[in-house]
Amino acid sequence: MNIQMLVEAWLAMGANKLRTFLTMLGMMIGVGAVVLMLAIGQGAQYVVDQSIASMGSNLFIILSGSTTSGGMRMGSGASPSLTVADADALAELPDIAAVAPASPDSAQVVYGASNWSTRIYGTTSAYLEVRDWHLSAGTPFTDSDVRAATRVALLGQTVVDNLFGDENPVNKTIRIKQSPYLVVGVLAAKGQSLDGRDQDDTILVPITTAQRKLFGNQFQGAVRFIMAQARSADVMDAAERSMNELLRQRHHIPPGGDDDFSIRNLTALANTAADATRAMSAMLGAIASISLLVGGIGIMNIMLVSVTERTREIGIRIAIGARQKDILLQFLLEAIIISIAGCTVGVVLGIAGAIIINQMADTAVVITGSSVIMAFMVASAVGIFFGFYPARKAARLKPIDALRYQ
Amino acid sequence: MTAPVIHIERLHKNYETAAGSVPVLKGIDLSINAGEFVAIMGPSGSGKSTFMNILGCLDEPTTGRYLLNGSDVRSLNGDALARLRNQVIGFVFQGFNLLPRADLASNVALPLLYCNEKKHARLMRAHAMLDRVGLGQHASAHPNEISGGQQQRVAIARALINHPKLILADEPTGNLDTKTGDEIMSLFKQLNQEDGITIVLVTHEPDIALYAHRLVKFVDGLITYDGAVMAAHT
Ligand SMILES: Nc1ncnc2c1ncn2[C@@H]1O[C@H](COP(=O)(O)OP(=O)(O)OP(=O)(O)O)[C@@H](O)[C@H]1O
Ligand SMILES: [Mg+2]
Repeated sequence: MNIQMLVEAWLAMGANKLRTFLTMLGMMIGVGAVVLMLAIGQGAQYVVDQSIASMGSNLFIILSGSTTSGGMRMGSGASPSLTVADADALAELPDIAAVAPASPDSAQVVYGASNWSTRIYGTTSAYLEVRDWHLSAGTPFTDSDVRAATRVALLGQTVVDNLFGDENPVNKTIRIKQSPYLVVGVLAAKGQSLDGRDQDDTILVPITTAQRKLFGNQFQGAVRFIMAQARSADVMDAAERSMNELLRQRHHIPPGGDDDFSIRNLTALANTAADATRAMSAMLGAIASISLLVGGIGIMNIMLVSVTERTREIGIRIAIGARQKDILLQFLLEAIIISIAGCTVGVVLGIAGAIIINQMADTAVVITGSSVIMAFMVASAVGIFFGFYPARKAARLKPIDALRYQ
Repeated sequence: MTAPVIHIERLHKNYETAAGSVPVLKGIDLSINAGEFVAIMGPSGSGKSTFMNILGCLDEPTTGRYLLNGSDVRSLNGDALARLRNQVIGFVFQGFNLLPRADLASNVALPLLYCNEKKHARLMRAHAMLDRVGLGQHASAHPNEISGGQQQRVAIARALINHPKLILADEPTGNLDTKTGDEIMSLFKQLNQEDGITIVLVTHEPDIALYAHRLVKFVDGLITYDGAVMAAHT
């Protein structure tokens, strides 16, 4: 190939600037839309991946109450059938790494002049292990705190922000339902959960403290749910079976009787959510690609007009020795330059749009190098594909017909 | 004597139109040797341009043989024909056929674009050729900024740039006044005499034909005279 051919293609495009610009515009909008949609899709995926990572791995949640009862769906957690003793028994299973019972409830929390309403989880120190949750300050409460039902609390970051501001909360005393609790530690920030809740808007207290002192409980030792972590991803199914067996046995459920609990594989649910997000972002990309296609058709349209308009020029070139492939290349180059130039501007527009969305709305928008490269490659492919037909039409003109064209 | 540059046997050309097949050339036999200067004359519509286009490999005969430079044109593929148009033939048109957007130097250099000449060499040669036709100082002008005679000189420079063996000119002075036409013809004469380039030229003007050595007359698709140029015949 020849630099001069590039120059000629450039000049030809410069000869009709408005038309060239309008042709590029289609490409710009197409590529901009693809880049933006991919950014939004990948942003959503990033959020989901983030919440999955913050959830903890190989996780089950066991809820009180059965999912179905005599054909009727019951609300999970309806009747408290699970107990702390169940949790202890589950922890003994070989496939289970850690188990934490939990009883959540809402309460008003006060520190000095500030107060905040949050969700308070009564649980054990194993909860941190199961959820893969670290402390950013202080120490966790211990098994002896659980045994003695001491008034100690671990605060989520959102609670700290709202009650303490910049003050260090460790070893300060907060009041929950008028009773004083000693803050022993602060939970590291985890961000959003899969269902969009702020996981850091929480307080953990020993389960015994919650049951006996904070909320009271009509059934001694009952818990709302139990979280269990399997030893590895491979034993998830086996772990689910053995937990089911054990709980049925402990709850004296006869063969064929309905479970009075339900076990949910959170990791599987999370993967389903991740798949759904992936599908959504793929669909966004696909929809945006349609505009790229329309842009490509615009290029073809203009190139066809250009070939017709320049028939005589083509005739002259052939008469002085241009080969078919020279003419083909000339028009193909024009199409490619238009699509790549349009694409470059489109990428810039897409990125600018993503940044604006990022700042205006509070959603994560992620631009990856691969999506930009992909947009580029698709745009050049579109340019070549839609430029090829007009270019071939030009190249196949018979010299005498092209020269005679008025 | 070497093989003729152009050798044509029983050449026919029909145009396919909506009204049917129209015979335009009806059996042409003609040989032109290297170094000849041939004028073709004949009434309007007698098939002169049709014939020239076939000579220039811009159009194909319906039947008959055409040997250019010894090789049968019919047996050549597209790229080989393009090479002939690029290296062996220089075409000069009545309407000049310059590219309006390109400056004169680029117009003259255009054939070199299709034979892989380097950019620097292309422009050097284009300028040298423009000098030769007396337009060296206008190299960066555009075709619409110069006169018709000057445009035809540019077209001749373009035809000459690849040192062709053969120049085909279809009414090159048809759009020019007598004085300018004579200047162009002097240039052709010089190319024929000094460079030994074979020239075939179509004209309606007897004065122009006088520059040639041989006259071929077309009437209604047939050659009716082929011989010396004499005032009587023109
Ligand atoms: N593309 C075409 N399709 C159909 N008929 C054509 C075509 N080109 C030329 N003709 C016809 O062929 C005949 C010869 O045309 P040609 O252009 O060769 O004549 P000419 O001798 O060059 O005439 P002039 O002196 O006016 O230039 C004319 O009758 C013309 O109408
Ligand atoms: Mg003619």
